[in-house]
Formats: sequence, C-alpha cells, structure tokens
Amino acid sequence: MSAGNGYKVIGTRPVRHDGVDKVTGRAVYGGDTRLSGLLYGQVLRSPHAHARIKSIDISKAQALPGVKAVLTGADLPKTGDTIVDLGEGPARLKYMSDNVLATDKTLYSGHPVAAVCASNVHIAEEALDLIEVEYEVLEAVLNLREAMKEGAPQLHPDMTTQEFGEDTGRTSNLATHFQHKLGDPDTAFASADVVIEREFNTATVHQGYIEPHNATAMWNADGQITIWTSTQGSFAARAQTGAVLDIPVSKIKVVPQEIGGGFGGKIPIYLEPIAAMLSKASGQPVKLIMTRPAVFESTGPTPGSHIKIKMGANKDGKIVAAEAYIAFESGAYPGGLVGAAAMCVFSCYDIANGLIDCYDVVLNKPRSFAYRAPGSTQACFATEHVVELLAAELGIDPLEFRLKNSATTGTRRIDGVVYPKMGCKEVLEAIRDSEHYKSAAPSGPNQGRGISLGYWFNVGLQSACTASVNNDGTVSLSEGSTDIGGSRTSIAMQFAETLSLDVDDVRAQVVDTDSIGHTDVTGGSRVTYATGWAAYKSALDVQAQMCERAAQLWEVEVDQVAFEEGVFSSGDKSYTFKELSGHLDETGGPVIGRATVNPDSGVGGSFAANIADVEVDPDTGKVQVLRFTVIQDAGKAIHPSYVEGQMQGGSAQGIGWALNEEYYYNKDGQLDNSSYLDYRIPTSLDLPMIETIIVEVPNPGHPFGVRGVGEANIAPPPAAMAGAIADAIGVRLQELPMKPSNVLAATQASEGQAALAAGG
Amino acid sequence: MKDFEYCAPKTLREAVALKAEKGEAARVLAGGTDLIVQLRGKRFAPDRVIDIKNIADVNELSYSPRKGLIIGAGVPCWRVYNDAEIAELYPGLIDSAAIIGGIQIQGRATFGGNLCNSSPSADTIPSLMTHSAVCNLIGPNGKRKVPVVDFCTGPGRNVLEPGEILVSLQIPGIKKNTGAHYQRFIPRNEMDIAVVGVSSQVVLANRGKEFKEARIALAAVGPTPIFAAAAGEALAGQAVSDEAIAAAAAAAQSLATPISDMRGPAEFRTHLVGVLVKRTLEGAIARARGKFVANAVQEAAG
Ligand SMILES: Cc1cc2nc3c(=O)[nH]c(=O)nc-3n(C[C@H](O)[C@H](O)[C@H](O)COP(=O)(O)OP(=O)(O)OC[C@H]3O[C@@H](n4cnc5c(N)ncnc54)[C@H](O)[C@@H]3O)c2cc1C
Repeated sequence: MSAGNGYKVIGTRPVRHDGVDKVTGRAVYGGDTRLSGLLYGQVLRSPHAHARIKSIDISKAQALPGVKAVLTGADLPKTGDTIVDLGEGPARLKYMSDNVLATDKTLYSGHPVAAVCASNVHIAEEALDLIEVEYEVLEAVLNLREAMKEGAPQLHPDMTTQEFGEDTGRTSNLATHFQHKLGDPDTAFASADVVIEREFNTATVHQGYIEPHNATAMWNADGQITIWTSTQGSFAARAQTGAVLDIPVSKIKVVPQEIGGGFGGKIPIYLEPIAAMLSKASGQPVKLIMTRPAVFESTGPTPGSHIKIKMGANKDGKIVAAEAYIAFESGAYPGGLVGAAAMCVFSCYDIANGLIDCYDVVLNKPRSFAYRAPGSTQACFATEHVVELLAAELGIDPLEFRLKNSATTGTRRIDGVVYPKMGCKEVLEAIRDSEHYKSAAPSGPNQGRGISLGYWFNVGLQSACTASVNNDGTVSLSEGSTDIGGSRTSIAMQFAETLSLDVDDVRAQVVDTDSIGHTDVTGGSRVTYATGWAAYKSALDVQAQMCERAAQLWEVEVDQVAFEEGVFSSGDKSYTFKELSGHLDETGGPVIGRATVNPDSGVGGSFAANIADVEVDPDTGKVQVLRFTVIQDAGKAIHPSYVEGQMQGGSAQGIGWALNEEYYYNKDGQLDNSSYLDYRIPTSLDLPMIETIIVEVPNPGHPFGVRGVGEANIAPPPAAMAGAIADAIGVRLQELPMKPSNVLAATQASEGQAALAAGG
Repeated sequence: MKDFEYCAPKTLREAVALKAEKGEAARVLAGGTDLIVQLRGKRFAPDRVIDIKNIADVNELSYSPRKGLIIGAGVPCWRVYNDAEIAELYPGLIDSAAIIGGIQIQGRATFGGNLCNSSPSADTIPSLMTHSAVCNLIGPNGKRKVPVVDFCTGPGRNVLEPGEILVSLQIPGIKKNTGAHYQRFIPRNEMDIAVVGVSSQVVLANRGKEFKEARIALAAVGPTPIFAAAAGEALAGQAVSDEAIAAAAAAAQSLATPISDMRGPAEFRTHLVGVLVKRTLEGAIARARGKFVANAVQEAAG
C-alpha cells in the first residue's frame, strides 16, 4: 500500500483497530457496564408539555420492596444564577440542572421529574407508577412562530430578551436577537437586477443514533465518583456533572465507553447526575439506560426553523446582496444553535453586502442540541433554493452560477470571518468533472436531478496525547477523544506517519478523565484535526527523546543524531526505531512522549456538495432516490474509508431529514412518533449506494493538511433533494420534510394554480 | 414488564382451560411479535401468557381443492410463503405475508396473531377479507366459525370471548379466473406500518373482459380494517374498464373513515385509497388473466 504525496501511512486504508471488537460484539458500550451490586434506575417523565409541579409524593415508591432510593429535583443542589460554559456555550446552571430533573415547572412532555433505583429494572419501573405528582397543567406552545408572538404562553417568566448583546429587560420567549452586517445591503439590493425572496419552514428532527443514552455511577464512601457512560466528551460530561452536583471536577472520574452514535446529541448530560445521586443515596452502583421513547421525548432534537432568504444579483450573474431572517427553536431552555446557522447561511458565496438577523426562541419542546453541522442544513436548504431561482431567472446554468459566486481565499463572510485557503471552488469543479454530473440526467417521467453546496466551519479546541514506547518498538497512545467514526485509527496513523512506523504498531486507546489531559468533545469535526495534531506533536517528542537515547548509546552529541524514514543514525551507526526501543532500559528507562494542543487559528472549514437523482410517484408524492453523489473537501484524507463513511453517513441522515423525519406532536403537546417505526430514518432499502468523491485542498493550518469531515456533508442533501424534486415534478418545496403528503399537496396546489391561470 | 406465568399447553383443551380460568388476565402467545412488544410497553400486564405453538392443531398448514387452505394459528408467515403450491395459488395472501416486518419477524409472526391483534393497519386482514377467510374458534362452550369480515370490532378489539382461542383460518379454494393483489402505502420501502392498505380480489368472466365478482378491503382508514363490500359488488357484471375501476375506487373512498395522525393526514389517506384500489384491481385483473405480478418483496429484489 502506498499513499502517494510522500506519505507512507496517511492515505492508506488499514483495518480499523477497534473493528474486530465491534463486529464480534465484544466492544463494551455504556449499556454493557456491569459491576457487582449494580442497581437499576428509571426516570419518571412529565406527560405534560407545560405544567407547574405542585407536589411530588414518593412515599409509596420508597415503600416498594426492592426500591433502594428515590430522587426528585429538590435533591439537586440549588444553583442560583450561576452562569457556566461547559462545552456548549454560556448557560444558566439552573437551566442545565432543571433539564436533568425539573424543580418548579415541566417544560416539555418527557421532562424528568423523579428517578428511582431498585434491585432490578422491573421493580424500578413499577416504582415509577407509585410516584404521585400533582401538576397544574399550563397552556403550552409548540409552534415557533406562535411562541414568538406577544401574549404566547411564556416558559420562563423571568427570562429577558438579550438583543444585540444587551439585556432589554423585556420578558418573552425570545431569548436572543442578534445581527451580522457587511457592506451596504440596502443600496446593493436597490442596484440589483434581480431580487428573489422566499420563506422556509423546517421541522424539529432528532440525531437518530441507535444507542440510547446511558450512565452508570458509583459514589464511593470517600466521596470519589466514577461514571461510566457513552458520551461525546468525557471531560464535558465531568464538568457538567460537577456543576449540576456542585462538586469539584477532581472528585469525578468519567470513563468513556464505546459509543453507538451521538452526532451532537451526546454532548449534553442527562442521566449522569441522576445515576450519581442515586448511587450516593443507595451506597451501590446504579445504571440507567433510557428507553427509546425517552430518547426522542427528552434528549436534544435539533431545532425546527423559520427562515426567510432574500438575494439580489446582477445580470452578469454576480450576487450583490443577501439577507437572512433566521428564527430557531431552542427548545425548553435558551442557548440554541442559531449562531452557527448564521455562520453557514451564506458561507458558500462571496457576497459583499449582507444582513443576517437571528432569533433564538424557547418553546415547549426538549432543549435543542447540536446535530452534525448544527444549523447549517436548515440554512443551506433555504439559501440553495434561492440560489437556484436566481440562476434560473438570470438564465445561467446553476453550477456555473455557483462557480461564479463561489467563496474563495480572502472572502469575507457576512459575520466577519475572512477565509484562508478553502476548497469551495474545487468542490464545485469536482461536481462539474464527475461522471455522475456528466451523465445524462434521468429522463423518465417524474424523474429529475438537483445539485447543492453546503458548509461547516469546524472547530479546534484542546486535545492531549501521550505516547508510551514499548521495548519491542510498538507504541501505546493514550488520548481523550471518544471514538465515534474510527478516530483511534486515524490518530494512530498520524503518529505512525510522523515516525515512519507501521500503523499496526501504534495502538491508540481512549482513556478516562484521570488518565489524560483535558480533551474537548468529539464534535465540530475536530478530532482528526486537533487530537491528530496532538498525536503528531507527541511523536515529535518521542523522536527527540529517542535521539537523546541514541546519542547516549553512541556517545555523541544529540544534534549529531539524525532521524529519517524510521532510522536513527550518526555517522556509520544506525538503529531502526524498533532496535533502539530495545535499548531503553539501559539508557534511562521508558520513553513517554506527550503533547497538548489548543489551535485557535488554522481550523479549516469544509465544503460539501451533492448531485441527487430522484423519481417522484405523482399519485402518492413518494420520492425515491435513484442516484446520489457526495463531494467533500477533506483537506487531506488520513484514512479515506473513514472519510467516505462520514460522507455517506451525513448524506443518509440528510436524505432522511429531507424526506420523512420530523417530530410529530399531538394537540396535547405529546410526541406521537417516539419510535423508529414512526420517526422515519431511511433504511437500507431507501438509499442507493452513496457515491463519494473526496476533494483534497490541504488545510495550511494543520501539519498534514487535515480538515474535519464529520459534518459539512449533512448540509447539502435536503437542498439537493428539493432541487431534484423540482426538476422531476416542477414544484420546489419550501418546507421540510418533503414527505409524501407534503409533496402531493404541493403538486395539487400548483396544479390548482395552473388550472386557475389557464381558466382565468 | 410485570411478572407473569408462562404456560405451554400441548392440547387445545388444556389451552382453553388455561385461558378460561383467567379470562382477560391471560393472553395467547403465537409468534409474540406484537405481544412481547406490548408487554414491554406496558400496554398489557397479563397474569398468564399461554404459548400455543406446542399444540398440533394450530401448526396445520394444508391445502386441498375441496377444503381450501387451512392456516393454523401458530404457523409463521415464512412457512406460508415458502410453500410453493400455496404461493402459486394465493399470491394475494403472500403479498401481505411477505411484507410484515423483515425476515426475522416473518420467522415468527402469524396470520392469526395479525388478526387477533386486530390493528386497523394489519396487513393480512384485508387480504383475508377479500379471500373470504373464516376463523375457526374454540372456547369453553365448544367450537364456532366467524367470517374474518365480522371479526374485528374496534382498534385492538374483536369478537373473541374471554375464554376463546383462534385455532385456524380457513380460506376457500381458488375458483378459475381469480386474481388478488394487496398493496400498502408506506413512506419508506420497508419497516413501516401501512398508511393505507388495500386488497382486491376479482373473478373474471367472458375471457377476462368482465368482472364476475369483486371484493375490496381496506386497512388503516377506520377503527377496524374495512370490508368495502359495496365497492366490490358494484363491479360485478361490468366490463373491465378504467371507468369501472375508477368508480370502484371512488366507492371505496366513500367507505373510508380515516383519522389524521403521525402516519398521514386524513385527506391524504382517502386519496391513497383511490390510488391503491386502482393499483390493486389492476394487479388482481392481471393475475386473474394469468400474468405474473411481482409482490413488494419480489419488486425490491429486482
Ligand atoms: C419489527 C416489527 C415489524 C412489524 N411489521 C408489521 C407489518 O409490516 N405489518 C403488520 O401488519 N404487522 C407488523 N408487525 C406486527 C406483528 O408482527 C404482526 O401483527 C404479526 O402478524 C403478529 O403475529 P404474532 O404471531 O407474532 O402475534 P402475537 O404477538 O403472538 O399475538 C398478537 C395478539 O393476538 C393474540 N393472539 C395471538 N394468537 C392468538 C390466538 N390463536 N387466539 C387468540 N388470541 C391470539 C395475542 O394474545 C396478542 O394479543 C410488526 C411487528 C414488529 C415487531
């Protein structure tokens, strides 16, 4: 296997280091945690979308034989008005704590109100039925635009709107209002030859990971707490749990278990403090695993949105101005994802004048959380729609139109960011040059093709890595990034590349919070980038120490030792890495390399594009994907198979979001589709093999040119699907999901209009 | 899930005694693909679960032109569609059996369980209705027969007395020039519950140019599966034509009483009844004329 580009390891496709354990079922996920004396917990959840808790009587549950402890929100420490920033932006600690266990009010159906632990899960379940909660049911608001209206039922009577960075003192469901502005949009719109404005709505959707949330905790008699959990960030879980329990992080050790998907939804904590408190009360370890309905009803969906996009262009095809109004649900508590949407909404294009106007709105749904490129998919769906209309109006090929306006090095985004070297144009060119794009568009009845372009900015943040050299020349790497997509192997590959080692001689393991330096969450497409960088730096540290050992052995100065292609040499003497490793005990003992990183600049954003071919059943509105290609800039693909896996996964999720996924609440504000039967993510029969094209425009801000690839790929699919549907049946939908009933209704409405027009 | 007593009787007599003793507090277990999910979801909390799969009578699967087809209440779907003779004679039943869940579910799920679960969206019930299936029941007071069209009384409710058990389903032999077809609409291509399901059965006359008889039944558009008798009867004696089919579709639509829920709005469902009546009548006509019409699984397999 050779990787080209002078690399030996990077760019190859070694067998995944955690693969055997995963396919044989030996991998230990959070739910597999077993400890002696383990108790099982269950959580009681509010059936009401909005209610005041008048009283909770736990006495009958406590009296049930086998029940070891019962907990309510009153048992959590009082938090006051403390503001904390624990990996999800600044938040009021009370909100975080109340989301774990409600105190005064329940703000969504599924909101936890009490928890029990018992000697088995069935007793715990039975105990839940014995807890008596008296609610005063309040009027709920589950529609974004309703929630924004004056006079809407208010979730937090004391929450005041923050506007342009200042506290307005006004209470409403509007948590935050902010704007970004560049140039002079008004004048630019006035000068534009074509201006198009459209309005969009997208439904609340779930990340759709298969493994439910879980946590097992042991609160030791000495006050030390250990938590085993599937999380995207063991340090974030530790910090959030410490904050909610009001205990120092040094008292908590989080042991990350294998994780069955997160996509942003396993950054926040839900069960960890409950498991800890139940363990404290019972003196035994306690495990909780959410039921599937609980996962849907009470863990981070990603926001539904209401978006208006206005764009103006000149006859020559240059976009001169853009304006966006973006309102996002943030669920029961403020602090949603509209900020990220603002960074993505016009991010693919070079536009000199623009205004982005954003609203973060609370309503009676579970607190929204990140989902793969959070906010970008909704924004992309809206922007790409208007981009297509502009191109059509101007009579310019939509791909040419995008190329003409493509963001590039030096483009200043409306939110102020100036791009370094980026791969936007190259991704568009890869569409143009692809076999899929060049092949004839499907031409059967009701078939069509669409393209789209999306973006995610990626993040850097802190990572740590230690590398212990074994005397047989292998290396044990310890790192703190929980591995969701094969990152142990891609990190080991970057280490191996640096020292010209065989990748199978480098074993990376994800260790607990006591065993490695602070490492931020597996999110923001940062792990291969930042933790990979830490691995690279720790390899250089190993190299330097090994040079010293060689110098000792050969009795030369260290600067006389060279290291090249895996061989240490000085004059006519040389040792391979393996040989020198056998001499560590004579030269001072073990070698441990270590490194930490916190890159604040150099994070390279990633662009992704799609070509989608579909067929629509005009009688039923059902959309079938015929062919689908995803193109993405990886900077440098460390392990191309994992990059392709990310691209395919993001596409599958994006297609689900496009076609069927939505939270369906009944009139009482309860979620009616809290199962994978009725929350319809695509099955294997719903997707063609998703074709991938990796573009590599190296990121100048990373030693190997890496750009994170975990997220940008979910942004373009709904827009591409909407384009393909429009091409197939002549109707361009402005609402997600484009489920059969919506497609059919839109077709019938447009036929109705056509008939009216013909008749009139 | 609450603790319960598990019994696996070997005879119908024992099973009936066990059932009669507890009445509503006992539940029969056939494939368990509905029941176990419901127990875990706390929809039922029975004291006793009676597994019928060890009883010889409920494992019968047989066909003879005179007695027709007998499907024992313990026979899983795969046994039915794996039987070449039955699959050849009753493609309209196989349409339903082959789409219930996936292969693991079909290894366990029974027609009887699908019927006794009495969900409005059950995939086999419309097909059983158009095939004029009859239920063989046994209870403390002996045996009785109930036509499937009279079996369901509401969502999850049916005519079974507290001590009664379904033994088998009996489906008449197939007359000449008969064809049947079942289709359901689901937003995905598998692992979904019918938004609407329609079964049509036709008997053609006059060298396939005329309807002699027709039966149409609907799923998921009312509190029970609906036997749309009037829609089928109106076709009898008519020439096979697009107009006649359209009229039958409209008649079926007028019998549908759907609700709006997470599976689709009511008006969409009514619209789909029209679409599927047309498509299944066309499939049934083609089959009656001896043409091969693929079922959903054959179609997916290419
Ligand atoms: C993943 C999955 C997918 C599914 N997909 C579909 C689908 O596509 N279409 C569909 O229609 N259904 C579907 N189902 C539901 C279920 O599989 C079917 O309804 C199946 O036919 C039930 O048969 P069973 O033998 O498993 O019934 P069981 O679960 O054993 O019984 C069902 C009910 O009938 C009662 N019962 C069973 N046998 C008798 C008897 N002989 N006498 C009296 N009462 C009896 C039981 O007490 C119970 O209440 C699905 C289920 C799952 C889990």
